[in-house]
Amino acid sequence: MPNHPSPPGSVFKRGPSRRALLTGTAAAAGLGLAGCGSVTGGLSDKTRVKQWNLLAGADGAIMTEMHGNFSAEHPDVELEATTFGWGTPFYTRLVMGASSGNAADIATIHLSRLKSVSPDTLLDAITIDELTEAGIDAADFPEKIWEKCFHEDRLYALPLDTHALVNYYNRDVCQQIGALNPDGTLIDTTGRESYFDLLRAAKEVTGEFGTSLDTFGGWRQFWAWYRQADGEMTFGDDDFEMDDDKALQAIETMYLMAEEGLCPTFSDGAQCAANFENGAAAFVQVGNWEINRFKLFGGDNPDWFSMTEMPAFFGNRRTQGDCHSFVLPHHNSWDPEVRKATVEYAAYMLKNSYRWGEGGGHTPSYLPVTESPEYQALQPNAEYSGVVENVQFDPDVWFSGSAARLFDETGSIFLQVYSLAMKPEEALELMKDRIHTLLALPNPVD
Amino acid sequence: MTVKTATPAAASAAMTRPPSAPRKKKSWTGLWFVLPFVAFYALFLIWPTFLGLYYSFTDKSLTGRPASWVGLDNWVEAFGDERAWNALVNTAEFTLYSTPPLVVLAIVFALLVNRARKLGWFLRMAFFAPFVVPVSVVTMIWMWIYQPEGGLLNHYLQLLGLQDASAPTVWYQGENGMAMWSVVITTVWWTVGFNFLLYLAALQTIDPSVYEASSIDGASWWRQLWHITLPLLNRTTAMVIVLQLIASLRIFDQMYIMTGGGPNRESEVAIHYIYIAGFEGYRIGYASALSYVLFILILIISIFQFRLFSRKES
Repeated sequence: MPNHPSPPGSVFKRGPSRRALLTGTAAAAGLGLAGCGSVTGGLSDKTRVKQWNLLAGADGAIMTEMHGNFSAEHPDVELEATTFGWGTPFYTRLVMGASSGNAADIATIHLSRLKSVSPDTLLDAITIDELTEAGIDAADFPEKIWEKCFHEDRLYALPLDTHALVNYYNRDVCQQIGALNPDGTLIDTTGRESYFDLLRAAKEVTGEFGTSLDTFGGWRQFWAWYRQADGEMTFGDDDFEMDDDKALQAIETMYLMAEEGLCPTFSDGAQCAANFENGAAAFVQVGNWEINRFKLFGGDNPDWFSMTEMPAFFGNRRTQGDCHSFVLPHHNSWDPEVRKATVEYAAYMLKNSYRWGEGGGHTPSYLPVTESPEYQALQPNAEYSGVVENVQFDPDVWFSGSAARLFDETGSIFLQVYSLAMKPEEALELMKDRIHTLLALPNPVD
Repeated sequence: MTVKTATPAAASAAMTRPPSAPRKKKSWTGLWFVLPFVAFYALFLIWPTFLGLYYSFTDKSLTGRPASWVGLDNWVEAFGDERAWNALVNTAEFTLYSTPPLVVLAIVFALLVNRARKLGWFLRMAFFAPFVVPVSVVTMIWMWIYQPEGGLLNHYLQLLGLQDASAPTVWYQGENGMAMWSVVITTVWWTVGFNFLLYLAALQTIDPSVYEASSIDGASWWRQLWHITLPLLNRTTAMVIVLQLIASLRIFDQMYIMTGGGPNRESEVAIHYIYIAGFEGYRIGYASALSYVLFILILIISIFQFRLFSRKES
C-alpha cells in the first residue's frame, strides 16, 4: 500500500525552536545506533537480552508469564522478547538475522530444525563450562534428546520440552457412549477399527464428527501412523527409501476417517480446536499445547476434558512430536556480559519449566523438574506422560522438521486427501514425487 | 496488493522569467534537501537491484556460506523449472481475472457516487474504506466468510437452500480455480477503492458545460456516457490499467496468507515461488534469477501497454 505522508505542518504546529528540533533528531539518531547491536548499558545500566520465539499460541501466554517472573528476579537484566508468526515466517527471520550476525541473542527453535538452520554458519555453539556455571548439567536431560542437540560434536541447542500430538476427549460425551474407565480415564482401544467404532458412537452424540484434527498439519498425523506401523524413511544423496504399503495405510486412515464423516474434511489449527470446544467433536487429535486454551474455555469447569496418548492404530501408541529448544543465533561479536545473561536466562527457563509443563502442556526436558513429585502428580499431564517414550521425531534430512519444506509440501497433499479431492494412491505417488524434487535441490546446509 | 502511486508529472509550468532578470547562480543547496531520500533510495532500491542481478549469477545462499560464480546456471534452471512456469501461469491467470472487475467496477462506482447527491459522502467512504485496512485483517475477514463449516457464505447458501449442509463448499482451498476466485473476490473488495478514487477525481474534472451542451442537442444519458464521459476518462483508464496490471502481477500477500499456494499448487504465484526458493530453500542466487525473470516480464508488459495507449491517444 502506498505510504501516505503525514499531513503537512503537523510537526511544526506549535513551532518548536530549531534547536529543540535538532536535539530531538540527534537523540533519535542515537537511539537508532543503539539498536544496531547488543549494547550493554545503552540507556539504562541493565544488560539487555533479546529473545525471539515462535510461540504465538496458548503456550505463548505462559512463556510471557515466565518472562515476567524472570525479569522480576533479575532486575539487572532487561529481557526483550519478540514473538513471530509460527513456522516459516519465524524461521526466515531467524536465518536472515543470523546470517547478518545481528539476530537476537537467543531464540527458540524446534530441535528437528537444528540441521536445517545450518548450525555451522548461523548458530553459535554453547560450551559445557558456561552451562555448569549457570547450574545446568548434561545429565539433567533425557539422553535421546540431549544427543540431538549436538552437531559435529558441538552443542548448539538447549532442549526446553518435548511436545507431541495427543488425544483430548470430552468427558461428558465419552461418559454417554460408555468410553470411560471407572476412574474416569478413556478406555484403551486396539487397532484402527476399534477406535473408529468409538468415533462412530461419538458422532451419534455430537451430530457432527467423532474427532477433530488439523487437516492443514497432515504430516504430523501421517508420521504418527506411519511410525506406529514401524515405517522408516531414510535419505541418501539423491534417493530415499520408504515403505509404500505402510505409507499408503497411513494415508488411507485419513481418507477413510474423512469419507465416513468421523473427522472434518477441512479444518485449520484454530477451527480444529474450536470443533472440540463447541461440541462438534468429542475428541481432538492435536498437540498438547492446546491444553491451556481448553482449560480456559471450561471456565469454572476446567475438568470438562482430559487427554491421553494417541490411540494405538497399528500396534502401539507412537506419536509425532518435537522439542522446543533454545539456540544462540550467530553473533559477529558477543559482549561477555550479554552472553552470560543469555545463558542465565536459558538456565532459568529450564529450571522453572514446571510452569511450562503445567500451563503449556509440554513435557519439560529438564529432568529435575519432570522427576519431581509435584510434576508427577500433575493432572492431566500424568495421563499422557508416556508420550515422551513414544514420541517420534521427523526424519533426518535438511528439508525435514516442523514447518520445514517436507512438512509443508506433504501437508498440502494430505489436505487434499482429507477434503476427499485426492485418492490415497494418488497422494502417495505425488508425495514421493515431491520428495524426489526436494532431494534434487542443492543441499544448502552441507 | 500494493499499489504504487505514480508521482505527478513534474511541474512543467516553470514561470517564464522576464528576459531582463539576471540569470540565477547555480546552487547546490537543493541537493541537500533531496539527499536523505536519494540516500535511502540508493541504499534500499538501486543497490539491491544490482546486487540481485549479481547474485543471480552466483550460488549465493542465505546460510552465509561463501558464494561462487555459477554463470548462467540459475537462469538456465529458471527457464526449465516447471514449477516456476506454473507459478507464472497462475500469476497471469490472477491478473486476467482480477484486472477487468477492478477497472469496470471502479468506473461504475465512480459514476454512481458522482451522481449521488445526498449519499455521496457515505458511498465514497464505503467504497474506499476497505483499501485502508491492512492485508492481514482483510484476509482474516474473508477467511471467516469463506470458512466451510460455520462461515458466513456457506451459512447463507444453506439458508437459501443452495447448498447441502453435509457437503459444504470449500472456498479458499477449493479445486478447479475456486481458491483463485476466492482471492480475486477478496482483492477486488479490498483494492477497488483506489481505482474508484482515481476515476472519481477524473470525473470531477470534466467540464459540466459539455454535458449541458450535449443535452441541449438532445443526447441521452447513455450517449453522454459513451461519447463524452468514457472518452474523456481515457487517460485515467490507461493509468489505472497499467497500475492494476503491475499490482496484480505482483500478487503475493493475500495468496500466501489465504491459500498458501493450495490446493496442490493451483494458486502458487510467481512471488510466492521466489519466496520459497529464497527464504525456505535459502537459494538467494536462484531466487534472484527468478525475480529478474518476473521483473523483465512486467517490464515488457508495461512498455507494451504504454505504447498501445499512447498510440491510441495520438
